[in-house]
Amino acid sequence: MSAGGGAWTAIAMTAAGCYAVKLIGLSVPAGLLERPLVKRLAALLPIALLAALTALQTFGTDRLHLVVDARSAGLAAAALALLLRAPFLVVVAAAVLVTAAVRAM
Amino acid sequence: MNAPPITRVETAPPPRNAVVRDALGVGVAVGLSGFAFGVTSAGAGLTLLQSCALSLLVFTGASQFALVGALGAGGSAFAAAAGAFFLGTRNAFYGLRLSGLLRLPRAVRPLAAQWVIDETSAVALAQRGTAAARLGFTVTGASLYTLWNLTTLLGALGASALGDPDSWGLDAAGPAVFLALLAPMVKGRAERAVAAVAVLLALFCLPVLPAGVPVLVAALAAPLVLGARALRRTGPDGQSHGEVSGTADGADR
Repeated sequence: MSAGGGAWTAIAMTAAGCYAVKLIGLSVPAGLLERPLVKRLAALLPIALLAALTALQTFGTDRLHLVVDARSAGLAAAALALLLRAPFLVVVAAAVLVTAAVRAM
Repeated sequence: MNAPPITRVETAPPPRNAVVRDALGVGVAVGLSGFAFGVTSAGAGLTLLQSCALSLLVFTGASQFALVGALGAGGSAFAAAAGAFFLGTRNAFYGLRLSGLLRLPRAVRPLAAQWVIDETSAVALAQRGTAAARLGFTVTGASLYTLWNLTTLLGALGASALGDPDSWGLDAAGPAVFLALLAPMVKGRAERAVAAVAVLLALFCLPVLPAGVPVLVAALAAPLVLGARALRRTGPDGQSHGEVSGTADGADR
């Protein structure tokens, strides 16, 4: 719960940065970003970030501790839904519902 | 991105209504999950205006979840924005592949750019030909943008009525979104190695570094794994970067 004035700064930086990379992709001559090393890194970077974020937001707490709680069960349900090729919304719903159910027990 | 709803028709170009149906399926399903974002964002302490500004102006879900997660955990504005920004850089590579397919007039590009995200790219790149790709991109973009912003508003408004979002399990929505986006990207050995190293780095750094910073450290998994593989293959002169196999395309559709 610390989103004060700094939040607007963060929002402005993120909005400007994210819009810029979208526009650059559509506008830049193809050759520039098509170099193999750049492409390979660009493909792997989101994997690193998404994997890290999944782990941090599943096992991390506001006090920067690691815990295994109801969220772990929710994420396991989401993983199962993904294995069953469920649509995006079902995956998210499975995580939310199972997490809530485990907390209610 | 969620692979299932996009059915590839290999034989003949799909009729317009098939493209529209696929596009709406993705747009509606993902658009509705903006509700989870609105609730999460409000739960992280952002105001209604801030939550809506994020969905209107940033409009790339993973970055939005990452940003409010980092801010809610007490991360600095800069670290939070940096993590969200690095996540958003993949959209540049979608745009690169889309520009050849959509062939947009120069004047339209600044408008279309805001819709260049995982889902619109997946739908557009699954089509054959410029007309079908444009249709898929536009219908997915319009339905997703409209719904995502509407449900963000509803989620942020409803958050106070829900009470503690954690008791509804909504704190699991963010990581579930990340996992759903991650799953189709993790195909080859390099991809799995990057994911594993990133998880280890992040969890190791969580207790010892300020909020928002562990994600940035974990991003190093990508160059680390690439470097290690290049070293193992050809020795330290790093000749092997020319190999871009099919696995590279797994992630940057």
